[in-house]
Amino acid sequence: MNINPEHIWDGALEKLKTWARINSPWAIHYNSGSCNGCDIEILATLTPRYDLERVGVKLQGSPRHADILICTGPVTLQSRERLKRIYEQMPEPKFVVAVGSCAISGGAFQGCYNIVGHVDAVIPVDVYIPGCPPRPEAIIDGVVKLLESLKKTDGRAQSTDDRLQNTDNRSQTADAGQ
Amino acid sequence: MEANKFIVPIGPQHPALKEPGHFEFTVDGEVVTNATIRLGYVHRGVERGTEDRTWVQNLYLIERICGICSHIHATAYALGVEKLAGVTAPPRAQAIRELFCELERIHSHLLWVGVAAHEAGFDALFMYSWRDRETVMDLLEGLSGNRVHYSCNLLGGVKFDIDEAQRDAILRGLDFLEQRTHHYLDVVTNDAAFLRRTRGVGMMTREQAIEYGAVGPVARASGVARDVRVDAPYLAYDQFPVNTIIDTAGDLEARFAVRVRELFESYRVIREILDKLPPGELAAKMPRKMPPGEAISRVEAPRGELFYFIKSNGGDKPERVKVRTPSICNFGSVGRLTIGHQLADAPMILAGIDPCFSCNDRVVVVSTK
Ligand code: SF4
Repeated sequence: MNINPEHIWDGALEKLKTWARINSPWAIHYNSGSCNGCDIEILATLTPRYDLERVGVKLQGSPRHADILICTGPVTLQSRERLKRIYEQMPEPKFVVAVGSCAISGGAFQGCYNIVGHVDAVIPVDVYIPGCPPRPEAIIDGVVKLLESLKKTDGRAQSTDDRLQNTDNRSQTADAGQ
Repeated sequence: MEANKFIVPIGPQHPALKEPGHFEFTVDGEVVTNATIRLGYVHRGVERGTEDRTWVQNLYLIERICGICSHIHATAYALGVEKLAGVTAPPRAQAIRELFCELERIHSHLLWVGVAAHEAGFDALFMYSWRDRETVMDLLEGLSGNRVHYSCNLLGGVKFDIDEAQRDAILRGLDFLEQRTHHYLDVVTNDAAFLRRTRGVGMMTREQAIEYGAVGPVARASGVARDVRVDAPYLAYDQFPVNTIIDTAGDLEARFAVRVRELFESYRVIREILDKLPPGELAAKMPRKMPPGEAISRVEAPRGELFYFIKSNGGDKPERVKVRTPSICNFGSVGRLTIGHQLADAPMILAGIDPCFSCNDRVVVVSTK
């Protein structure tokens, strides 16, 4: 077997990156049309009783610093492009957590004229947290599950292009169904 | 002058607020000379949505207009529909609704104290007030089973009764909160560092408040005695009245003080309600179809006056539901008040009206030009 020393370093570096990524993911939050209920629960998750920072998650202001995008609410026509843009601005690898029934399916707002639908129809989603709104414990559980799953995949996500392609297919199917 | 014009765009995704809104501040150096606000990112079309749902289904859609003041929206809608049907909810139901309204006001005001303190860079206060807010969240959850959308209303009454154990839990919770609230009042009126961010900032005189049509605590902090609970009592507010809290200073400090002092009023009223809770039924019978007609209802949400217009054509769905929320009334003042202030004060002034974008979503552009 032909061992290339450079590759050994690559592997070690990847392991180190994964370790760092899992232990201190930075998140940003975007509300694409939610009723606020999910947003205040996300904030509550960061405050002393629940304290998401225990698992290393820090809420960040800029998409360019973030690993995890936390989305709430159904996607409205106005915020669709914004949501896409924020997602595209995030560096690889990136993960999306959809919080609340609205982000998962449109929830109570299904059928309203200004709703594109669920987050999944616009950007790819990794973790879904159901509830209207989910309890802070549920949000913590969702984030921890995401971090656990990163351990298995070595912190690598599918490449963005593939995933966007999948999403396009899905939303086309959804359009055709209407 | 044109050459000096520099526009700072902020949003819609921005670190300061948890909801999307787009702001353009024209600045001359650090000083804001004009402000344009663009809203509507969370416009979902709820008003139109109500026309496709039955009277009862709408209760749940309308509750989801806003996650912070969900109960007051459902109450305003239920009161309007009851007026249409000519039904009055029994006294016990009215008192329980009022109790929920006041608990919701406590959670909303504590939330606001935290968010506004965060804008001022005072994160310790943010964390403390949100920790204490969990007390009232527990009470709401204990009563209704959910932390945010309590779904306590039915058309014609309420779903939940209050038993002895819950009563004791509420009283214990209020004792703790009251003691903490004294501390907050002390902080927002005496802490020197904090006062530098709030005293004299965002001044709105009484005349301006009237001219801009400010409502709720923002108007009351400018000396305008506007409170639907007092002016036109609904629910059980004539038996368990509240006092209007007024401050005449009109700056951010006054807005803090008014909201914190309103908390004491809420504690007092809740204790009174628990003490003299009228006995009797929880709900009156409602007809399935509403007779044709129109009704309006006005209530005082935590942020100010909330107005509902409901029109029925005799079917099982409303023909039109119009909602006018307090945040949209207060937004007009933000553009004006920021002018002449440092850019760094703009988030504080914005937070000062306690903006709630999700119920604000009916206007697209507000320009102060
Ligand atoms: S899931 Fe519920 S709480 Fe969350 S945004 Fe939707 S309606 Fe609001």
